Amino acid sequence: MDILSLFVIVPVLVILALVFSKGLKQARMIAMCGGIIQLGMALNLIFAYIKEREVSKEIMLFTRDLPWFEQLNIHYSIGVDGISVALITLTSIVVLAGVFISWKIDDLPKEFFVSLIVLSTGVYGFFISLDLFTMFVFYEIAVIPMYLLIGIWGSGPKEYSAMKLTLMLMGASAVLLVGILGIYFNSNADGGALTFNILEIAKVNIPFEAQKLFFPMTFIGFAVLGALFPFHTWSPDGHASAPTAVSMLHAGVLMKLGGYGIFRVAMYLLPEGALEWSWFFIILSAIGVIYGAFAALRQTDLKYINAYASVSHLGMVSFALLMLNKTAWNGAILQSLSHGFMTALFFALIGMVYGRTHTRDITKLGGLLKVIPFISVIYVVAGLALLGLPGFSGFVAEMNIFMGAFLHDDMFYRIVTIVSISAIVVTAVYVLRVVGIMLMGPVKNEAYLNLPKATWYEKTGVLLLLIPIIGIGVAPLWLSNMILESLEPFIQGVL
Amino acid sequence: MDLNSFFLMRHEMILLGIILLLIVAEIIVADSKKSSIVNLALLLFGIHTLSGFFPLQESSLFGGMFRSNDLIHFFKSVLNLGVFILLLQAADWIKEKVVENDRSTEFFILLFASLLGMYFMISAGDFLMFYIGLELSTLPVAALAAFEIMQRKSSEAGIKLILSAALASGVSLFGISMLYATTGSIYFDQIVLGLTETNLSILGFVLFFTGLAFKISLVPFHFWTADVYEGAPISIASYLSVISKGAAVFILMILLFSVLKPLMHIWENLVYGIALATMFTGNLFALRQQNMKRFLAFSSIAQAGFILLGLITGTQLGTTTVVYFVLIYIFSNLAAFGVVQAISLKTGKENLSDYEGLYRTNPKLSLVMMLALFSLAGIPPVAGFFGKFFLFTAAASKGYYLLVFLAVVNVTISLYYYLLVIRAIFLRKGTDPIPFFKNKLYMRLGLIITVLGILILGLYSPLYDYIYQLSAAFK
Repeated sequence: MDILSLFVIVPVLVILALVFSKGLKQARMIAMCGGIIQLGMALNLIFAYIKEREVSKEIMLFTRDLPWFEQLNIHYSIGVDGISVALITLTSIVVLAGVFISWKIDDLPKEFFVSLIVLSTGVYGFFISLDLFTMFVFYEIAVIPMYLLIGIWGSGPKEYSAMKLTLMLMGASAVLLVGILGIYFNSNADGGALTFNILEIAKVNIPFEAQKLFFPMTFIGFAVLGALFPFHTWSPDGHASAPTAVSMLHAGVLMKLGGYGIFRVAMYLLPEGALEWSWFFIILSAIGVIYGAFAALRQTDLKYINAYASVSHLGMVSFALLMLNKTAWNGAILQSLSHGFMTALFFALIGMVYGRTHTRDITKLGGLLKVIPFISVIYVVAGLALLGLPGFSGFVAEMNIFMGAFLHDDMFYRIVTIVSISAIVVTAVYVLRVVGIMLMGPVKNEAYLNLPKATWYEKTGVLLLLIPIIGIGVAPLWLSNMILESLEPFIQGVL
Repeated sequence: MDLNSFFLMRHEMILLGIILLLIVAEIIVADSKKSSIVNLALLLFGIHTLSGFFPLQESSLFGGMFRSNDLIHFFKSVLNLGVFILLLQAADWIKEKVVENDRSTEFFILLFASLLGMYFMISAGDFLMFYIGLELSTLPVAALAAFEIMQRKSSEAGIKLILSAALASGVSLFGISMLYATTGSIYFDQIVLGLTETNLSILGFVLFFTGLAFKISLVPFHFWTADVYEGAPISIASYLSVISKGAAVFILMILLFSVLKPLMHIWENLVYGIALATMFTGNLFALRQQNMKRFLAFSSIAQAGFILLGLITGTQLGTTTVVYFVLIYIFSNLAAFGVVQAISLKTGKENLSDYEGLYRTNPKLSLVMMLALFSLAGIPPVAGFFGKFFLFTAAASKGYYLLVFLAVVNVTISLYYYLLVIRAIFLRKGTDPIPFFKNKLYMRLGLIITVLGILILGLYSPLYDYIYQLSAAFK
């Protein structure tokens, strides 16, 4: 049994165990044990990876290749580099935190945890896949449970949001499918066999015409998941209606599939197409960055604020990826990770506030710092991380992104970069606005004086997410080195 | 011709034997024990299905009128399997509703006769045998559609089916006669040699195509579908949408890929246009359906449109993907129809709104429905995803990227209405949900087999490779 396949097998076993469980207590115990095992596996993977990297110069480590549909040359092909290892670790932490945050789920608990873990299985599978077909399969497996998760356990206009989210993401995957087939049928351009294997295709010079045609399809197919403007509309509605743990997983992990896919498939396999189209998507990304920030400024619903903040921050990821240089890419990956932890943390905290006050409208809240100090303090810390204060992960990421963006010295790049940077100021405004209205000042509602304090499982979930944020912020070098090493072959392939 | 070569017709002979045996049984069995005929028919057909999996050599009979090879043999077994599942799902309905009218034997005889027609149709080596098979497969189904004679809708379904089927097969026959006029032969082997692109042969082909398009319910020959499905007994609706459609797709594929190959760039365009029309019509009409049978009718029209994406290629890859998809489609659609039938039998409810809150009362049945719908919609890891992905791959291999793109747009549209059913079952709590009930053994078996098929067929890749080898026969 190889170390990577376990990331798919263990969740499947957990699901089987859940199917035979009874009641909330058993279900959450099983889900928690599964989460802890996976976190352990992820940490083990980091150490194993670093050890293996010292001796091996391969692009991907721990590779394994089993033929699946041999006639079409489809393989179950897996392997990881530093980037996937980091994202797998992110996933395992967010999933475990999500289980803790859902500790008191009362309606159909078994089904809830099963759907949650199906989702995480898809995400793990996506990050370890080296075969476009397998990758696509896992992508869809990750998306479809969202429908049930939002539709059954959500709040507000949940049926509408769930349907919108599912259809937009599945529509995106439909576009992506055409892109993947286009890549597949051009993978014999150098006279080899047709293949879905990413590493094989990267060696092939796909004809320029095909790259020009299929790059936008592949890019958009993934970018919708990364909430690229103007395909972001599913995201705020979806977040607002989703239950807490699902928002966490969704913003923290699922949306990262978009950036990762753009990087690993669209950019790596169709580099000339990327050069040709980059200006267009840079403009869209920059609009997303600014638009998301300003939209967050005007919202009063806590979840909408963070959903638009996500649009803004993930816009930066695709913005950085399109800069096509090493520094910006490093920033993009770091931003993905840091945003994953931060938004998950935010949504967890929002869930706690909402669970106590039954409102997410900031104008009705006030003075919470006096009543629920633990949650409030963490909220301030998370807010500071989001606005990019040095010492937190957000700073490292954004620093790299804009350093990389400034390496281009023509007018177009300068303008879009400056426009995007200005979003940082807006970010500070909307974060501090929420902190000011919601946490400071007098307590607006008498009933809030008796709000219960944070429980042990809530604290555990929050700390799980806070530690990596500070960890990356204080000591970014080891992570950044791991990513930079892995970027090397991509730099050679693309530029 | 020696006696041994008759064994080439093993499927046909055994099925004929079963039909005759049932007639004898009808005479012998006492009236009070009539329901044992259901068990007998199931047993006999089960044995027949199993025996179908033994290999058969490749040869032809009657001077080439009847032929068989591994792919045809395999496909007959697939049809058998489908009919067997369908009988399992129908058994309780027959026992409860049909036996009391003393008409259960009729049901089996008519159904098997139709299946026999399909055997002949897909084994045909000339247009005469093909036409006889086509007629034999259609006429008994019209009688079956009108099986619940006391209900107006059922009689209406029967009349609608027989009238439109008669017209379609007449047009088809007219087309065949034109093809005969241009090539001077009705044998497939000789037609392919003599067929050239003339106005007459093109007209002949188009008219001939109509007959099969009707059976597959391709747009614009689909108008009978929803009404007939709604009126007919559910097992007959599922027979029409699964078995009848599957067999017609198969023979259409064989004819297009081998006999009509000289007209390829004519039928390519035709299939292209009809595929688009069928997908869009089926999907858009399915959006607003409230009756589950009508809903599945339009969904099965849309699925037929997807199948055409494999047909357009004319390659071994196309053959493989079409057969593979039909196999998966049989399991997925039978699962969906099975659930509808189980609920209809217990409660008489057939509307989408009746399904609200089903998961909270009947979780297992709901999960079967979910798997079936996910498979129809093409969501991994269930089988339907693989079937569709490979169909798209086949179309893309010929460079039809635009067609594939429009098809995936359709997949998204179809996902919407499949999710509407999921929404009713899982998301809604319902004011008056269907109470918990237990299915009888046969129905449970029928559903379990389909679920296993849905779960395994896609992930188990050797099956695909096996079909690919078989498909070499019609390169």
